[in-house]
Amino acid sequence: MTLDKLKPGEQAIIRAVRGDGALRLRLLDMGLIPRTRLTYRKAAPLGDPIEIHIRGYELTLRLAEARNIEVEKIEHNEAEAGV
Amino acid sequence: MNRNLVFALVGNQNCGKTTLFNVLTGSNQHVGNFPGVTVEQKSGVVRSVKNRTVTVVDLPGIYSLRPYSMEEIIARDFILSEKPDGIINIVDATNIERNLYLTLQLLELRVPTVIALNMMDEVRANGGTIDIKALSTALGVPVVPISAIKGEGVSELVDRAIEVASQGILPAVWDFCGEDSPVHRCIHAVVHVIEDHAQRAGISPRFCATKLIEGDGGAMAGRLELDQNEIELIEHCIKEMEAETRFDRNEALADMRYAFIEKVVSQTVVKPKESREHRRSLAIDRVLTGKYTAIPVFLAVMFLVFWLTFNVIGSGLSELLSLGIEKLTEIADAALISYGINDVVRGLIVEGIFAGVGSVLSFLPIIVTLFFFLSILEDTGYMARVAFIMDKPLRKLGLSGRSFVPMLMGFGCTVPAIMATRTLSSERDRRMTIMLTPYMSCSAKIPIYAVFSAAFFPKHAALVMIGLYVTGIVHGVAAACVLKNTVFSGQPVPFVMELPNYRLPSIKSVALLLWDKAKDFIQRAFTIIFLATIVIWFLQTFDTRLNVVEDSSRSLLAGVGKLLAPLFVPAGFGDWRAVTSLISGFTAKEAVVSTLSVLTGNTSAAELKGALPGMFTPLSAFSFLLFTLLYTPCVAAVAAIRRELGSRLWMLWVVLAQCATAWVVSTVVYQIGKRLPAFGVPGYIILAVFIVAVAAGFVWLANRSRGDVYAVAEPKGEASLSAKPKRKRGGCH
Repeated sequence: MTLDKLKPGEQAIIRAVRGDGALRLRLLDMGLIPRTRLTYRKAAPLGDPIEIHIRGYELTLRLAEARNIEVEKIEHNEAEAGV
Repeated sequence: MNRNLVFALVGNQNCGKTTLFNVLTGSNQHVGNFPGVTVEQKSGVVRSVKNRTVTVVDLPGIYSLRPYSMEEIIARDFILSEKPDGIINIVDATNIERNLYLTLQLLELRVPTVIALNMMDEVRANGGTIDIKALSTALGVPVVPISAIKGEGVSELVDRAIEVASQGILPAVWDFCGEDSPVHRCIHAVVHVIEDHAQRAGISPRFCATKLIEGDGGAMAGRLELDQNEIELIEHCIKEMEAETRFDRNEALADMRYAFIEKVVSQTVVKPKESREHRRSLAIDRVLTGKYTAIPVFLAVMFLVFWLTFNVIGSGLSELLSLGIEKLTEIADAALISYGINDVVRGLIVEGIFAGVGSVLSFLPIIVTLFFFLSILEDTGYMARVAFIMDKPLRKLGLSGRSFVPMLMGFGCTVPAIMATRTLSSERDRRMTIMLTPYMSCSAKIPIYAVFSAAFFPKHAALVMIGLYVTGIVHGVAAACVLKNTVFSGQPVPFVMELPNYRLPSIKSVALLLWDKAKDFIQRAFTIIFLATIVIWFLQTFDTRLNVVEDSSRSLLAGVGKLLAPLFVPAGFGDWRAVTSLISGFTAKEAVVSTLSVLTGNTSAAELKGALPGMFTPLSAFSFLLFTLLYTPCVAAVAAIRRELGSRLWMLWVVLAQCATAWVVSTVVYQIGKRLPAFGVPGYIILAVFIVAVAAGFVWLANRSRGDVYAVAEPKGEASLSAKPKRKRGGCH
């Protein structure tokens, strides 16, 4: 699944960062690289952009950008154990 | 021995860089521009050092040293070309992983570096610790824990910085790749190929190698003057690495850096479970960015700022200041009379200089008050949330959420609104916002609307007012659509932004910012605005034979008005008095009403109201209002536009484009309205909005397919690279 499909509070691990150009590089620079764990916080009041928690800080990105990020959801108990 | 030193202050956004810069330099700051661009370059002399001059240059807040954004290019070029004696890298200890990502790239540059580990007090207060010594060993550079906001550790930081720079101590570690990994082999192979070239260019081979592997659009290959053979050899190494790691080149390097950081952090940092500041931030965000509360709270905050600025504090102080200026003018006037000074010279001083500059200076309290609130919103971290909340609607215009606040402020006064665009991090968004802000009808136009509404549309006054504001906004939207697809076509800046923890602002930073803005404005009031008021005074006072005019209808200004009047016949107000008032409206919009009063021989607004129906029909009056809404902003605003766009040509373009659109809109409305007399006032308004909306819709539709392409997906790599050199040439060399 992709990052934009997560629901508030759900955790996931990044599998791939697609897309190209400056945007993808910016995502990589901000620490969105494969194997990184993230938490989906929420969407903005108008539904876009979204806010995630990654590497100890809050990051916001647009849905269009989130669609480029392939993630694997961590089930709840796993997430508990992982923290 | 004690030679002077220059340091570059580098760090992420929101890591306390500005606060540290202010602590280091106090008010000893010099503001200039980076060569060729309008990005502000602040430098200052460190106060505490006595026996030599230590200068610190504040580079833009960046996350990486890639040449893909204006800020990154500036920072990179500054370090590579200006060759500072050392780098002070400020790192937010509460967010150490991502901050160190930039640090690793800086260390590859092989320039004497010292790390300022900021917000250590916050980490400690939450029960976290960082083994400074181990971190320093792992990174191979001195690490000094500081708290910029409290000023702790800063003197030690300065000592260590001077030590590494004066002795040329280079970072001891620069190899961050795992032993014998594919990435390691690749980097070392590339270093081997380019070592001689890099040494000739005076850049660290290691830095060149990683940038070549990242494929920075050929910038580095060009700098090193590599030949085709070498480029192919490097490409071969990279391909091999990609095959082995199954990452692409960029992923591989980012992964290498973050893997190194994770290792260092796990060995040196004991993180608190969750910091108090972070918990508090999340709690605040539940309200400030909550699904149902965010927009009402945002509107309430904006209303409060607006109301306090323009109705309470700002206007109160403004009135006080203009009262003071009036008194001063009276005193000067009396002194000049008693001294028997020539009447013309007295006129120049009193009516030209004092009145002109005085009326502009009375903006000052509003500007300072507005910036007080804006800087608090910015420093607390709320501005980032505004961008988060408002991004969606503004993206349709090709802007991002951050542009909302300056445009909103434009309803108060265009001058501070344009100055407030400094808070935008993207140069493209900033320029576009500056061009759109004048379409937000500023409060100085209210007296014009009021007089005309009272004279012509007493029953529909509110409707006319609202109609004008809406027309302005719709027009701004139309202009945005045009700009998005013409001047600013190409890729919008990616909206990947940090939402920093909420923090209390530093009083010192706020105070310094206010001082800066006030100084900047006063400087302009006494240069460009000063000149403009003298020119207008001259035109008002003399006739074509340079005799002082008794009757204002014979002045040069009236002559110009009469000359231009036929131009406005199609728009319905070919009366020379109307045109003359528009010209004097260039000094300040309030002057439109006062000039009309003078030229029609009336002294009060009430009398003017009675005189106006002789000059206008309701339709031509509405057309005139449309023109005043849309035509060139006042001289103070134009000066701000010129300063912020950094180009006289752009400024002229803005002025001419606005005058032209104003003329077209008012003419079309007048011509259609004349042929459809049954429309009545509400009809005119609907007509005006409708015409502009149709034009906007047309432009939007025509470019829709193109717009969507880059709204959803980034343009292909080649496209973005081919667009870059253009900007770079204008900007960085």
